[in-house]
Amino acid sequence: MSPWRLAARRFARNRPAVRGAALVALLALAALVGPLFAADPLAQPDPVRLQDRPPSADHLMGTDPFSRDVLSRTLHGARVSLVVGVGAALLAVTLGAGVGLVAGLAGRRTDQLLMRGVDVALALPRILLLLAVFAVWDNAPAAAVVGLIAATGWFQTSRIVRAAVLSLREADFVVAARALGEPGWGIVRRHLLPHVAAPVIVSASLDVGNIILLEAGLSYLGLGVRPPTPTWGNMIMDGKDVLLSAPWVALAPGLALVVTVVAFNLAADGLRDALDPRAAA
Amino acid sequence: MSGAATRAPLLAVRDLAVRFTGPDGVARAVDGIDLTVGEGETVGLVGESGCGKSVTALALLRLVEPPGHIAHGSSVRLEGRDLLALGAKEIRAVRGNHVALVFQDPLSALNPVLRIGAQIAEAIRAHEAVTRGTAHWRAVEMLAAVGIPDAERRARAYPHQLSGGMRQRVLLAMALACRPQLLLADEPTTALDVTIQAEILELLDGLQQKLGMAVLLITHNLGIVAERTRRVYVMYAGQIVEEAPTPRLFAQPSHPYTEGLLAAVPRLDERRTRLRAIPGQVPPATAWPPGCRFHPRCPHAWERCRVEEPPLLDAGAGQRARCWLVQEPARRKK
Repeated sequence: MSPWRLAARRFARNRPAVRGAALVALLALAALVGPLFAADPLAQPDPVRLQDRPPSADHLMGTDPFSRDVLSRTLHGARVSLVVGVGAALLAVTLGAGVGLVAGLAGRRTDQLLMRGVDVALALPRILLLLAVFAVWDNAPAAAVVGLIAATGWFQTSRIVRAAVLSLREADFVVAARALGEPGWGIVRRHLLPHVAAPVIVSASLDVGNIILLEAGLSYLGLGVRPPTPTWGNMIMDGKDVLLSAPWVALAPGLALVVTVVAFNLAADGLRDALDPRAAA
Repeated sequence: MSGAATRAPLLAVRDLAVRFTGPDGVARAVDGIDLTVGEGETVGLVGESGCGKSVTALALLRLVEPPGHIAHGSSVRLEGRDLLALGAKEIRAVRGNHVALVFQDPLSALNPVLRIGAQIAEAIRAHEAVTRGTAHWRAVEMLAAVGIPDAERRARAYPHQLSGGMRQRVLLAMALACRPQLLLADEPTTALDVTIQAEILELLDGLQQKLGMAVLLITHNLGIVAERTRRVYVMYAGQIVEEAPTPRLFAQPSHPYTEGLLAAVPRLDERRTRLRAIPGQVPPATAWPPGCRFHPRCPHAWERCRVEEPPLLDAGAGQRARCWLVQEPARRKK
C-alpha cells in the first residue's frame, strides 16, 4: 500500500481529526449554500423598531443594532473567513515552499541571503505591519487582504521546507538517484517534492485557523474587509456595545469563529499525526 | 591479472585527494590514492570505518558535496577519459550508465514513496530514450534477473514491503539496469545477515560473469575479499597502504596494518583463544600523524617511522606497501 494511502488510513482512524474535517466540510457547505436562502445581509428593514431584536421565527438569530439579520450576516461572514483563511494559507504556503526550495537547493550565498531576510521578516510584528498597510489603504478588496496576509505569513514555511530539503539532499536515496545519473529536475520532482509535501500540507492546515483569527482581529478593528460587508470581526464589533442587552449579536459570529478555528485545528493536528507518525505525541 | 595488465585499465585513478573544509580545519579524507581496475576485474578496497573508502567511491563519480571537494591534480580516468574534466551533463551520462554505485543500507537508498519498479524504470529513462512502458517492462526483467520471484507483481511494491535481502536485490537491479562497465559496491552486504550476504554475493558474481563488468568491492570484511577478488587495496588514513594480488596479501602481508586486520579475523584452521585487535583508532582526518600515519598504532615502529613518511615500496610479486619494513626487514619484531 502506498505511503499516502497509509497516511489516509491513519487519519481515518483518528476520531477528533475526522470530526474536525467533517465540521470543516459542513462549514464550507453552509458558507456556500446558506447565503442563497438567507435574507439580504445588508437590508435594514426597520432601523428603529427592529433593532437588537432577540431570536424569533423571522430572524432565527435575532437582529443587530441596524436591524439586520444576524443569521444571514453570520453565513455571509463565513464566506469571508473561509476564503481569506484557506486562500491566504494556500498562497502563503506556496510562497514559503518556493523560497524554501530555492534556499535549500541554490548555493550557500543565495541561501544565506534568503534566510537572513526571513529572519528579519520574522522579527517584525505581523499585526502591526498589516495595521499600517490597511490604515493607509482604504477599502482594500478581499483579494488584497488575502495577498497581504499571505505575504506576511510564509516565513515559517520557507524555513521548514528549506530544512527538509537540506536533510533530503543528503538522504541515501537522493545520492543514489544522483549516482544513477538522474537529471537534477527529475530528482527534485520525484525525490524531493513528495517528501517536502507532508510538512507543507501540515503547515498550511495549521495556518488556516490562525489566519481566520487574524482576519477577524483586523476587521474587528475596522480594517481589511470593510463594513457594511459582513465579517465575523466587524459583527463582533457591532455587538460589543450591546453585549448585555442583545448578546446574540456578538455571540453568533463569536461562536462561529470558535467552532471554525477548532475544527480546522483538529483536522490539522490529525493531518500532522497521519503524515508524520514519528512526530506524533 | 591477465587482460588488465596488458591493455589500458578500465579505471585508472591517480593521486585522488578529497578534502573537507570544516570548523576543525581541513580534513584530508582521501589523500592521494592510486588505483586501477581492469575490464571485468574484481578488485577489493579494504579498510576500517573512517579510512576514506566510501568517500573514494563517491569521488569517483564526482558525488562529493560541499564542504568537501576533489583536490586539484587528482585524476580519474575511465577508458582514458578524464571524469574530473567532464561537464555536468557529461558526468551525468557516465553515472549509472558506465559506472554505477550500490549502497550499504538498502532501505535508506530506496525512495520510500515510490514503487520499486518505478525507481528502476527511472534509472533506465535517465540514460535511454525509451517510453514509460518499455522502461517498466525492462524494470520487471531486471527484477527477475536479480532473482526476485513474481517480478511483475513485486514491481508494484513499495520498499517497506520487502525484506532486507530483497531490497538489496532491488538496488542491484537499479545499478545494473543500464549495464555499467564498472560497479562500485560500497559495503553491499553489511546491513544483511550472513546467509543473505552469501546469496547476494553469489548473485553479484553471476551477474558480473553475465554482464562482463568490473567490480570495485569496498568492504571492511576480509572474508568477502578473500573469496571474490583478484587484487586488493588496503586503505588506511586516507591512503593506500598496501596493494597485492589477493592470495599474496593473505599469505604474506607486508604492512603491519594489513597484518593487524588479518589477525583480527577469526579463522577455522587455527587455534586461538582471543582475536587480536589493533590498538588505538584511526586518527582524525584533520590531523594525520607525521611520518608514517600508522606509526602510533604500529608494534614495529621506530624513529624513522615517526619522521619520514614511506612511499609505496615494491615488495615484489605485484605487492607494494607503504612501510619502511620493506626496506629494513630486520627491524620487524617477532
